[in-house]
Amino acid sequence: MNHRIFNRNGPGKPLTRWLQAACVGALAMATPLAYAADTIKVGILHSLSGTMAISETTLKDTMLMLIEEQNKKGGILGKKLEAVVVDPASNWPLFAEKTRELLQKDKVAAIFGCWTSVSRKSVLPVVEELNGILFYPVQYEGEESSRNVFYTGAAPNQQAIPAVDYLMNDIGVERWVLAGTDYVYPRTTNKILEAYLKAKGVKSGDIMINYTPFGHSDWQSIVSDIKKFGSQGKKTAVVSTINGDANVPFYKELGNQGVSAEDIPVVAFSVGEEELSGIDTKPLVGHLAAWNYFMSVDADVNDTFIDQWHRFIKDEKRVTTDPMEAHYIGFNMWVKAVEKAGSTDTDKVVDAIIGVKVPNLTGGTSEMLANHHITKPVLIGEIQDDGQFETVWETADLVPGDAWSDFLPGSKDIEADWVALKCGNYNSKTKKCSGQNF
Amino acid sequence: MRETIIARGEVYLYPMLMIMTCMQACSKRWCCIAVCVCLWWFAVLTPAIADDTLSSNTGHSFVEQLQVLQTGNFSTKATAVEALEGIDDDRVLSVLKALLNGDLRYRKDDDRVVFIKDVEEGYQLTDVLSGVDLGVTGRRNVKKITVNNQLRGQLRSAIARLSLSHKNPKVRLTSVQELIKDMDADTTALFRGAMGKESDENVLDVIRTGLALVDINAEDRSTRLRAITELGETLNPIAKVRLEQLLAQDNDGAHLEADAELRRAAQKSLNRFKERQELYELLNTLFFGLSLGSVLLLAAIGLAITFGVMGVINMAHGELIMLGAYTTYVVQLMMPNHIDYSLFVAIPAAFLVAGLVGVAIERGVIRFLYGRTLETLLATFGISLILQQAVRSIFSPLNRSVETPAWMSGAWEFNASLSLTYNRLYIILFSLLVFAALLMILKKTSLGLQVRAVTQNRPMAKAMGVRTEWVDALTFGLGSGIAGVAGVALSQLTNVGPNLGQAYIIDSFMVVVFGGVGNLWGTLVGAMSLGVVNKFLEPWAGAVLAKILVLIVIILFIQKRPRGLFAQKGRSVEG
Repeated sequence: MNHRIFNRNGPGKPLTRWLQAACVGALAMATPLAYAADTIKVGILHSLSGTMAISETTLKDTMLMLIEEQNKKGGILGKKLEAVVVDPASNWPLFAEKTRELLQKDKVAAIFGCWTSVSRKSVLPVVEELNGILFYPVQYEGEESSRNVFYTGAAPNQQAIPAVDYLMNDIGVERWVLAGTDYVYPRTTNKILEAYLKAKGVKSGDIMINYTPFGHSDWQSIVSDIKKFGSQGKKTAVVSTINGDANVPFYKELGNQGVSAEDIPVVAFSVGEEELSGIDTKPLVGHLAAWNYFMSVDADVNDTFIDQWHRFIKDEKRVTTDPMEAHYIGFNMWVKAVEKAGSTDTDKVVDAIIGVKVPNLTGGTSEMLANHHITKPVLIGEIQDDGQFETVWETADLVPGDAWSDFLPGSKDIEADWVALKCGNYNSKTKKCSGQNF
Repeated sequence: MRETIIARGEVYLYPMLMIMTCMQACSKRWCCIAVCVCLWWFAVLTPAIADDTLSSNTGHSFVEQLQVLQTGNFSTKATAVEALEGIDDDRVLSVLKALLNGDLRYRKDDDRVVFIKDVEEGYQLTDVLSGVDLGVTGRRNVKKITVNNQLRGQLRSAIARLSLSHKNPKVRLTSVQELIKDMDADTTALFRGAMGKESDENVLDVIRTGLALVDINAEDRSTRLRAITELGETLNPIAKVRLEQLLAQDNDGAHLEADAELRRAAQKSLNRFKERQELYELLNTLFFGLSLGSVLLLAAIGLAITFGVMGVINMAHGELIMLGAYTTYVVQLMMPNHIDYSLFVAIPAAFLVAGLVGVAIERGVIRFLYGRTLETLLATFGISLILQQAVRSIFSPLNRSVETPAWMSGAWEFNASLSLTYNRLYIILFSLLVFAALLMILKKTSLGLQVRAVTQNRPMAKAMGVRTEWVDALTFGLGSGIAGVAGVALSQLTNVGPNLGQAYIIDSFMVVVFGGVGNLWGTLVGAMSLGVVNKFLEPWAGAVLAKILVLIVIILFIQKRPRGLFAQKGRSVEG
């Protein structure tokens, strides 16, 4: 047969294509079947309904994206990953129940989840009892280190303390308003900050502490108090641990009462790109936030991540946030640790993950420390009118997370070290490990 | 236009040289290209150079400094702002203002610095140097010249200095108010200069205070005394700080200020200052209380109809408020260029949406449960969860951004101690309007008559030919619609998200029960008094404790008067 004729009429070519397609199809169909019996399950424990859904839904999607990407690369140890998504519905006891379900019924290798400290505290006894692994991605108040939990969010010394340093040294702030929502994270953080400020020589008359209920919406008196407090001739700043929802009316009131960021800057620890995307940012321009990651950070790895996220979520307008980066780091650390250990067994992974280094999204490399916290850079950003942050200051080096604050009387002497001491709360004075981590 | 940094002479020298070398060059084609390039060079540069202004004393060039603004970092931008201020050019003020407002940008393709104006299709660009309209371009084609807080502060005072002789007294007032924050030698000189020229009393007041702040440290004793008396007349908080400094003692109890007469005068001024300040603070707190009360009134007034008049415990009331707020959001989405008027459209729209949902709830669920309070409570609680999750599914669990119209932002400044924010002011008025309208409906319309008839004696009303079922549905719809209208107002104060309603449901019931079930006036008085009490408690008890205290007070009150402030009397109540 003439070669040319064969080509022109081409009866063979469609046939080969068809065969190819069939083969690929069969393979594609066979692949999940082949792996289904032997996948590594990853638990995702984020609220998809109730109050916390506003923050946590995004993290569930982030995890799904990371798992999908890892599977594209061939999974781990030749096995595909399988996400097990549960909805603890912003209900703290339900967090514990769902954790039990994930560990006992689904036998997940690791859990990525929780947002509020109270949800983590309710999960803690369960992961310790059933010897699971939890990656916790949100900035928190510290004072905890469990063998089974890895804290990829910021400890107070990775967010609050550097922010105060910035205000004190670069802006020249002398009077401080510590405003927070009335629950454990703001109260502990403010306690640490108060001790820190006093250690730096700030008089107690120059510190004003104020707590408000969850979802507080009437800020008139408080803002007018802040305004009065700030008009004593000394530079004043507000350090805000006000929880997500209450922030909008707070900033609106600041704007309306004519308190601008140049007069009294507000540095917030719970306001990120996600929170800003739900509000009119005009009155907020110039106020500050301290995080370990901003979407606006100029780094190739960040651009890739943002593109990936937009492709996955199919929405160009969705933002990326600090807790998402924490999951990105935590997930990659876990993947590396599993590969290093050659197994997903909790004891082996817990040992293997210490010292694992993975790139973070700001262009550096984060490391898992012996106290189960990680190293991160600290960035201070000013809110812009497009809802993004402009980095105005950052730490020169990565800051290692400190589980037990050095500025609280009870926690000064306590150390967490899961390598040398095998303890999450070793008291260096009594030379004893209390054994309890929460 | 990066080339503009090159000194003027050189600018023309380069193309000349190019043409000359070109003449000697071999190929004609190259020559052509060179001439073209040179022509382009002239074309681009000539207007720029013609538009430049040099500072008379520092020699800084306007174009040059603009260039620094565009390319520099924050610290070089700061020096550029300083340099620009010294250049006598009409464009300086508008450049600084645009920089402060984020309207100063540059085109990505040719780096031309432009002013932008937001229009529907993108940005309307105006060339900074020539003032030429450059047409409309896409939002992504221009890049913003960013500023930080320090720069913003610097810009504000630079703008204030430049607009000190503005013809509008309001502009001058904001200028001097900005400048008084930092009374250095330059500002003092500026103020002394402005003193003679100024005619507006308010501006003069600030200038006098500013000068008094300086004079209080003067050499001459009588000047100091005059300054001290002057400071007693103002309400500027800086004055208080200065007076207190005069009275300060060192660690041994010795006075820092040796002159006893000055100290006495300062004490007198300080007392006078505090007296007046306390009065205005009282007024301020009262306003805060009324404004909180008006929010409570708005949230509760719909409930006063459904719960108070009809006796239905509607746990989904908060979600009807939420629907109103989301309606505002949707309305704003549909008219993005008319945000200022959006609320006027949103109010009837929210009334309709929430009202229709209310009628649907009544017809679908509640009418089967009249007289069974517990079942109604549980059923409506279920409805509230359904509505919340529906909103989560449709609009996402994230909060939605509702913009505040310009006329609702800012504050009405009565004096340095008393300023009333516009949004609160409007909401107080609005809540009273809604209240009056509702009262009219119930008292003057036939629907109102029927509603009252049905609630007072259902069988009799039926016997008189009133379609009681119809009236029930309409009444419930009216209450729900009012809740929707409240949502429009609340969207201006708080987050528009699925949880909006939950924050107000408890407060609403509290107000209605406290005020007296079935009495609209009770709701009004109840809401306002709860608001005021809450705000007076807050400064010394803290926000958390104040809420708890108010709750305890209500519980005790209800023990004493179970029917609330304005108890309904008559047989229908007993029955």
